[in-house]
Amino acid sequence: MPVTVRTFTSSGDAAAALSSDRSARYLGGGTLVMRALNEGDISISTIVRASDHALSRIEATGSRVTIGAGVTFARILAERDLAFLHAPARSIGGPAVRNMGTVGGNLFAPNPYGDFTVALLALDAMVSVQGGLGSRDIPIEEFLQGRERQTGTLVLSISCQKPGQTDAFRYRKIARIKPKGGSVITLAAHLPVNGNRIVGARIALGSMAPTQIRARAAERALEGRSLDAATISAAAAAAAEGTAPGDNALGSAWYRREIVGVHLRRLLSGQE
Amino acid sequence: MAKTALQFRHNGRDVAIFVDGGTNLLVALRELIGDMTPKFGCGQGGCGACSVLVDGELHLSCLTLAETVAGRSVETLDGIKDGPNLHPLQRAFADNFAAQCGYCTPGMLMAAKALLDRNPSPSRDEVVEAISGNICRCTGYEPIINAVLAAASGGRARA
Repeated sequence: MPVTVRTFTSSGDAAAALSSDRSARYLGGGTLVMRALNEGDISISTIVRASDHALSRIEATGSRVTIGAGVTFARILAERDLAFLHAPARSIGGPAVRNMGTVGGNLFAPNPYGDFTVALLALDAMVSVQGGLGSRDIPIEEFLQGRERQTGTLVLSISCQKPGQTDAFRYRKIARIKPKGGSVITLAAHLPVNGNRIVGARIALGSMAPTQIRARAAERALEGRSLDAATISAAAAAAAEGTAPGDNALGSAWYRREIVGVHLRRLLSGQE
Repeated sequence: MAKTALQFRHNGRDVAIFVDGGTNLLVALRELIGDMTPKFGCGQGGCGACSVLVDGELHLSCLTLAETVAGRSVETLDGIKDGPNLHPLQRAFADNFAAQCGYCTPGMLMAAKALLDRNPSPSRDEVVEAISGNICRCTGYEPIINAVLAAASGGRARA
């Protein structure tokens, strides 16, 4: 069924069009919205696009990085200052999907996708959105919890602090097909160390709940401690707490709960 | 609903068509331009059979809104041969038995071309990575990987 395509030069006009029409969806790289159209999703009657250059800007020279919502994973991989995000970017799709898929779209990607967002959640990213009432910054966790209500808002950019030490940020995606495949589970950890102690531990999980979530019990097990064998065991034992994984063709909920601690242990102890 | 006029370069030739809103590039190429080389596989971005190059970058035409290629250059398998002469990649695919049913072949060739255009002598791992978005259910991939490596090494088939 034909849909109406509306293209705007300013993201503000695109956001206004998006918020005034419940059946409008924003088209970024196309890997979600075009797929929905190909599958005959009749809830979409309008496609909104914006050619605003601000949406594809990367600011990565300082300690805080800002990535426009329209930046593709291929561009992240080409950016030396974003090396800490290369592992999550590389874990997504094949080359064509990385040439098309965007950071902003990944925030809306349902299970078993949305791996990049797992990394952003562990990095306490802020999501800058524009709705009918103006723009504002939302912590990514809050954004994800209300994701179903966010379809009328336009994501402008995502920002986060660069990890202080390179090994403070770790990422691991478990897939059945390598190098490409949907996520069985995805894990990201940000463990800033002050002296010998972890301060501000963040563990984020993908495919362990309807949206990406933080493993708060595992974070508590790590907070204020040094990353030794006992601490890693305590975090691994707590990894499944508070999660609500589902069954799909890649794995059952039971399997996901069984393996999440195993992979968290490997991630924290630096095993391949 | 009104159609939208769309102009772009298709294999080095300017084309102008009218598309319905929401038409994807694969439908535009096959049904409106008559280029049957990109294939419809899954329509979800999972198989790579519809792969084309947009401004030299590998894209999935089934997930590309046709209007987004306005003024850009689209290259499909139909454009890579030089008259009656096969492209070195096509020749290598034939020599290395890299096609069985052939349905994935156009997408595989475009993914391989995207790789060789920017990296003329890739490693085996780089070839595997480059075709990782393309599914083949016949060959087990080995002949395809060997064909790409053969084409990269100047068309000489490897032992």
